[in-house]
Amino acid sequence: MIDKNLAPSRYQALKFGLWIGMASITMMFAALTSAYLVRRPAGNWYEFKLPVQFFVSTIIIIASSITMEWAYKSLKNQNQKNYNYGIVLTFGLGILFLVSQILSWKALVASGITIDLSVSGSFLYALSGIHAVHVIGGIAAIMVCVANAFLNSFTVSSMRLLKVDLVRQYWHFVDILWIYLLLFLILQ
Amino acid sequence: MSANHSPLVEKDKLIQELGYDDHFHEHHHGDKYQTNFLTTYIFSQDHKMIARQFLMTGIFWAVIGAAMSIIFRLQLGYPDADLSWLKPVLGKWITINDAGIGRLEPEFYYALVTMHGTIIVFFVLTAGLSGTFSNLLIPLQIGARDMASPFLNMLSYWFFFLSSVVMFYSLFLSTGPFSGGWTAYPPLSALPQASIGSGAGMTLWTVSLVLFVVSVLLGGMNYITTILNLRTKGMSMWRMPLTVWAFLVTAILGLLSFPVLASGFFLMLFDRSLGTSFYLSDIFINGQALDRIGGSPILYQHIFWFLGHPEVYIIILPAMGIVSEVLSVHARKPIFGYRAMVYSILAIAFLSFIVWAHHMFMSGVNPFISNFFVVFTLIIAVPSAVKVFNWISTLYGGNIRLNTPMLFCIGFVSMFISGGLTGIFLGNSAIDIQQHDTYFVVAHFHIVMGVAAFFGMFAGVYNWFPKMFGRFMNETLGKIHFWVTMIGAYAVFGPMHYLGMAGVPRRYYRFDNFDAFKDFTDMNKFITIAAIITFFAQLLFVVNFFWSMYKGRKMTEQNPYGSNSLEWTTPIETGHGNWPEKIPTVQRWAYDYGKDNKEFIQQHVPLAEGEEHSSH
Ligand code: HEM
Ligand SMILES: [Cu+2]
Repeated sequence: MIDKNLAPSRYQALKFGLWIGMASITMMFAALTSAYLVRRPAGNWYEFKLPVQFFVSTIIIIASSITMEWAYKSLKNQNQKNYNYGIVLTFGLGILFLVSQILSWKALVASGITIDLSVSGSFLYALSGIHAVHVIGGIAAIMVCVANAFLNSFTVSSMRLLKVDLVRQYWHFVDILWIYLLLFLILQ
Repeated sequence: MSANHSPLVEKDKLIQELGYDDHFHEHHHGDKYQTNFLTTYIFSQDHKMIARQFLMTGIFWAVIGAAMSIIFRLQLGYPDADLSWLKPVLGKWITINDAGIGRLEPEFYYALVTMHGTIIVFFVLTAGLSGTFSNLLIPLQIGARDMASPFLNMLSYWFFFLSSVVMFYSLFLSTGPFSGGWTAYPPLSALPQASIGSGAGMTLWTVSLVLFVVSVLLGGMNYITTILNLRTKGMSMWRMPLTVWAFLVTAILGLLSFPVLASGFFLMLFDRSLGTSFYLSDIFINGQALDRIGGSPILYQHIFWFLGHPEVYIIILPAMGIVSEVLSVHARKPIFGYRAMVYSILAIAFLSFIVWAHHMFMSGVNPFISNFFVVFTLIIAVPSAVKVFNWISTLYGGNIRLNTPMLFCIGFVSMFISGGLTGIFLGNSAIDIQQHDTYFVVAHFHIVMGVAAFFGMFAGVYNWFPKMFGRFMNETLGKIHFWVTMIGAYAVFGPMHYLGMAGVPRRYYRFDNFDAFKDFTDMNKFITIAAIITFFAQLLFVVNFFWSMYKGRKMTEQNPYGSNSLEWTTPIETGHGNWPEKIPTVQRWAYDYGKDNKEFIQQHVPLAEGEEHSSH
């Protein structure tokens, strides 16, 4: 679809497009967290502790950002082996993050905080659930990278580097987004 | 039309000499998109084809949306009339009583009103207007081969298509489409049991609009990146035609506000299917209290109008851009106050994010907070007035060609003034206590947004029809279309101001059985008749459109209007990639009309010896 011999502005355009996409996702979570802020002082708000699994998830997703960074650096240095390790590891950690989120929800349910118990709980499910959907998008993109790594020959074209770079930026974005949500929930 | 066309060859030579060579033709990817019927007409990645797809789909929806309004206007104008002749179309929604008189089901009346609003606001005036003209004009006017991502651009259309299919399907549900108003306030929207349209109808409504949001985001992402990154050499921001400025800001507004709407819809979906209570509290159904507590319907209103108000500017800004461009071309004068035009677009866009609660003055929002929104709402009138002033100044002393596009531009300015003035009434929270949810509001937003945006769209279609189809639309039919619509629109919405001031509420099934509103029977009849006539004028437009596609006068010269912007430097049959060889480079702004005794100087023509850039 995109020709690598075209003027560099085209690359720039793709990156820029991703940033705009991230800005609109940010708006979405800004809306949800503002709704939370507006709703909370209105009372009838059930207080509870965040399940510890959410903190485990956080560690997992931070780790996956580090492996992603490693994969990208390796690709840049034409190091096929490390790139393959890195990208597969990131993929695995991504899945693990989702698993950990599911465990968190299970723990919540087990302690009686079901999604329809109280608005405060509903918000927690909504925020983490909608975030998880965005993580799934990122995992899908990483999966394409993994497939590429094993099915195609190893060539480090500028186009390939760009594609992996886009995936990497998006992945860091959902990572930071999660940290923001967690901090938001803790501080609230 | 205009006198001083330099021969084609000379202009093409300019592109040859000064153009920018991006080696487009050394790669064959350009034509890969268009190798067979499917990739040329259906899954096309060419922005010009996608523009036409948006336009056709928009026209389809416009006809449906308008037809719906005629049906509910019949109900309001003639509540006792026999509507059994509609039975073949509406089926069980027309019930025939013992006397043999066919009546429109009240439930379906509400569904019609709701669908009319949803369809016109989102499918016609957002997708049909922005989708068509952003796609057509952005690459052509900034000198790009195509959008930054033709693939996402194609997806943007197909998400819109899917969203259309879902909404269309919902019209045929046995429980009917959603019927709680286009703003979908809870609890009617959040509780499936609240009304018959609140069940499956509302589910499909939400799904359709979520798909729609995806379409808007994909499109907008593309428009912004394309404008900021793919402008040809010499095309600085301050040399862009105002159309492109308008599309840019529109896309930014969309990207910042539609995701918020999506969030609101997600919470709504949770409420509907997972038993949460984000928007619900203290609900009684048939005297039974529901155990859904703790939520707030006002929260939904905040979220909805945080999108909703920018959305009205998402609709009007592209129309403003088109009008600025077409007005200047056919007045043969540079647009008056180019920079002021850009700054006022930016100011309007910024302000549109901090006025949303003027839709909620009567929803129990704290009156002190309301004051904040009153002030900013009224401040929007300032940049709006700047724009109106500049359009009128552009016309003043111009060598005006009163062709159809120009007529619609003038009509736009007239409508925008009339509707803007009533906005100032409504923006004052104290006056709004009386006017809220009356026909005054209906009149306000139909004139300032509905009719005005349609006029901008018509101006654009008539003006760029040759660029899209290589032929002109029929001028005589176009002028009839304009005059009937112009007079018809005022005849329909003018009296509604009066109704509203008398307190007639919107969204009622009939008025004749209320003592207070009985006296307006004749006025309601008058409005209905005017609406029917106006509707037929729109059918005339549709006929003209399709007839002209095949039979219209052929376009024989590249630049038929003597226009400066780059889209008119492409060949009449514009292929993929837009320019056959080099891309023109830009030497001047887009509005050198009547400069140095030349009627017009195109953007790719270099400055003459001793000539200075027009100051703007
Ligand atoms: C001077 C500028 C304007 C002011 C001060 C203004 C003010 C208002 C106010 C206060 C309302 C709420 C009335 C109520 O519900 O009681 C309103 C409704 C509305 N306005 Fe405007 N307006 C202005 C321009 C516009 C423009 C340019 C558009 C669209 C292009 C627009 C579209 C709408 C729509 C769609 C509604 C009603 C939505 C609904 O309730 O269904 N307005 N306006
Ligand atoms: Cu508004």
